[in-house]
Formats: sequence, structure tokens, C-alpha cells
Amino acid sequence: MQTIERIVREHPFFQGLDEASSTLIAGCARNAVFHVGEHLFREGEPADLFFLLRHGKVALEFNAPGREPLTFATLQEGEVLGAAWLFPPYRWSYDARAVELTRAVALDGKCLREKAERDHDFGYELMKRFVPVFARRLQQTRLQLLDVYGRPRTGGGRP
Amino acid sequence: MSIRSSLLPRTFRVVERHEETADTATLVLEAEDGAPLEFAPGQFNMLYAFGRGEAPISLSGDPASPQRLLHTIRAAGPVTEALAGLRPGEHLALRGPYGSRWPVEESEGKDVLVIAGGLGLAPLRPVIYRLLAARERYGRIVVLYGARGPDGLLYRAELESWRSRLDLEVEVTVDHANGAWHGDVGVVPSLIPRARFSPADAVAMVCGPEVMMRFTVAALLERGLAPEQIHLSLERNMRCGVAQCGHCQLGPFLVCRDGPVLPYTRLGELLTIHEL
Repeated sequence: MQTIERIVREHPFFQGLDEASSTLIAGCARNAVFHVGEHLFREGEPADLFFLLRHGKVALEFNAPGREPLTFATLQEGEVLGAAWLFPPYRWSYDARAVELTRAVALDGKCLREKAERDHDFGYELMKRFVPVFARRLQQTRLQLLDVYGRPRTGGGRP
Repeated sequence: MSIRSSLLPRTFRVVERHEETADTATLVLEAEDGAPLEFAPGQFNMLYAFGRGEAPISLSGDPASPQRLLHTIRAAGPVTEALAGLRPGEHLALRGPYGSRWPVEESEGKDVLVIAGGLGLAPLRPVIYRLLAARERYGRIVVLYGARGPDGLLYRAELESWRSRLDLEVEVTVDHANGAWHGDVGVVPSLIPRARFSPADAVAMVCGPEVMMRFTVAALLERGLAPEQIHLSLERNMRCGVAQCGHCQLGPFLVCRDGPVLPYTRLGELLTIHEL
């Protein structure tokens, strides 16, 4: 049986992490399972956790009254979910719902924040892993906003 | 083929028409003279809607069936609107095929990534047919496809059939979706990190809007592909199709002759120069 520390260290998000840091992280980790339709979290709730997805698929959604939830991204095995635990006000700004049976490692954000405050090298290591994810997802959001598959808005002389 | 003969149009009859999306249709064409039109994956024809004009349209059918040409046409302007609206029994004129081809044979023994966005699946479908016809000659074959929304996906039935194959990995994503869509949501480059292939021994063929291709190239390079392993198909304002008019110039290239398929190593920074 794999220990949680080994699962954490083998997850792509924490690939190459040193042993001391993975021990620190594993101390704040537990396994979690979500069935289809079950929410990992909902908008407005306290963001105490983040997730290393190990199996399954999660839809990130916005809800609007009178219409179906709008899915803006899906995340899968190997990806990390949730960053609201890093910054005040520590609340989720969207819903996350399992669309397949999902297995994850749930990490206690408050526990990790405290460890990062005490050990800034550890905190910096965490940031070095989260910031590229933010940057990549921001780029992807830009691409979504560009609506590149739509008709050109200005005259391109299309035949 | 001499310039003179390659400029001569032939009359083709629409034998089938398939509605792909709200503004896109696939026409199945047969030559009135019955002669086949051999083509390579990646090439295009100039289609002429009588009285309306000509437009360059990729060949999207099986190269093994040169007597039955498929063209997937999006109604984006007056000519393509007329072409896409043609019905079985109606005629058009066609000249071609023109342009360069995807490196299908050169990819034998390697993993092949076929990456398409929106209408970009049309010029890549002949590649998929060719790969599947000689499946044993290739390593992993991965098809990554994205569209604006579920209603913008081309070739839905075929995608389903490809997805059911055990020797082909097919991932489909859309930029925007509501509850009726159970697939992935996100842009095409987001599929690349988790696709299963060996970066050191892979070839990527990419077609879609240029912005999407730039992001895709960045994701492929990040995954470990070298620039020479990446090939793109460009869309430019092609008029003559035979490198005479200069409308499709991109830096040192005339896309109708040197492209539309070009290796990324030859395109380099040209894609980011605004004036081009």
C-alpha cells in the first residue's frame, strides 16, 4: 500500500520535491473520494483545502440563476485543483463538481500556510509550483476569451 | 503539372452534402469526366462557385478514394456561403490539388500527434485516414481536437468511432459548455500535458486558428518536442494557388506553393510578426 507521502511525491504537481518538504506536505494530507455529481467545494465556502487529482474528472463551474451551470474548465488526473487557500479571504470563487468518480489527495491549506510561514524556503517551493499553474491557466483563459473559433469581427476579405 | 494545366478547372457534381455545424457543410464531389484526382493529406483545391468566385478549400476526405473528393466548407463570406449551400446534383468547378503535404510517410515508426482546432480538423482528417490504413507502421497515435462549443465539433460520428478504437487516443475539448456536455472543457493546449506519447520520438501536426497554433506549439515545446518535430498548416489569402499572384505571401513564403503545411522550424518567428 502506498503511503500518502509517496502518493504526494509521485503526483506530477510535486514531482522532484525533496524528502523534507514532502514529509511536511504529507502531514497535512488525506485521501478523498468524490462520487459523480458530488461537489468538492462550492462558491463562497471557506477555502481550507486544495486537491491533487489522482483519478477521475472534475468540472469547474459558475452558477447563474435560471440557467444551467456554465463549465469553464475540467481538470483530471495529474492536475492540481484550488488556490483560494493561499490568499485572503480564503473562499472559493466557483464550484467544483465530480463528473466521474474522482480520487484525490486533499491537502489542508491552513496547515500548509502555517508551515510555510515558519519555513519560508518551504513556502517558496510551494509558490514555485503554484505560480506556473496560475500562469498557464491565465493563458488558457485568455485563449478561451479570444474566441478564436468565432467569425473574425473585422473585415478579413474572406471569400 | 504545368502551370497552364494546373489552372484549368474541371466540373464536379455534388453527390452528397452533410451538415456539420450551423455554418459548415461537407460536400462529396465526383468529377463529371469520371477521372480521379489524386491528392496528398494537407493539400487543397480551389473551388469555384459559378458566378460568385473561387475559394481555397482543404481536401478532407480519404486519399485512398480519389474519385470521391470531400471538402468541408464554412460559410464565412459570399463565395464560401455559395459553396457550402450547394445541394446534391448541383455543380461547381475545381482546380488543384495544390500545396504541400503533411509528413505522414516520414512519421513512420514514430508517435504521431494530430492536433486540431475548429475547422482545422478538416485538413487533418486525411492524415488520420492514412495513419489508420497503415496503423502498424506507427507508434502511438493521439488525436487532440477542440472547438468553441459542442455544436462546433466536426465529424461527430467519426470522432465517436475513433474514440472507441483501442489503438487510437482521441481527446476532445470545448472552450465553453453547459450541463449537456460531459466531455472536457478547456483549450486544446490544455490536453497536451496529459497526452500519452514519447516526446523524443514524436511528430506533431497542428492545424487551427493561428493563435491556437501558437499556444499549442508552446505547450508542445514545454512537453519536450523539438521545433523540427512540429508541423503547422497555415491559412492565408490564397487566390491563384500556383505562386503567381503573391496574395498569400508570408515573409519569404508563398503559402499556396510552399505551404499550407510548413515545418515550424521554417516558420519560426514569422508567426509573431504583426505586419505579416
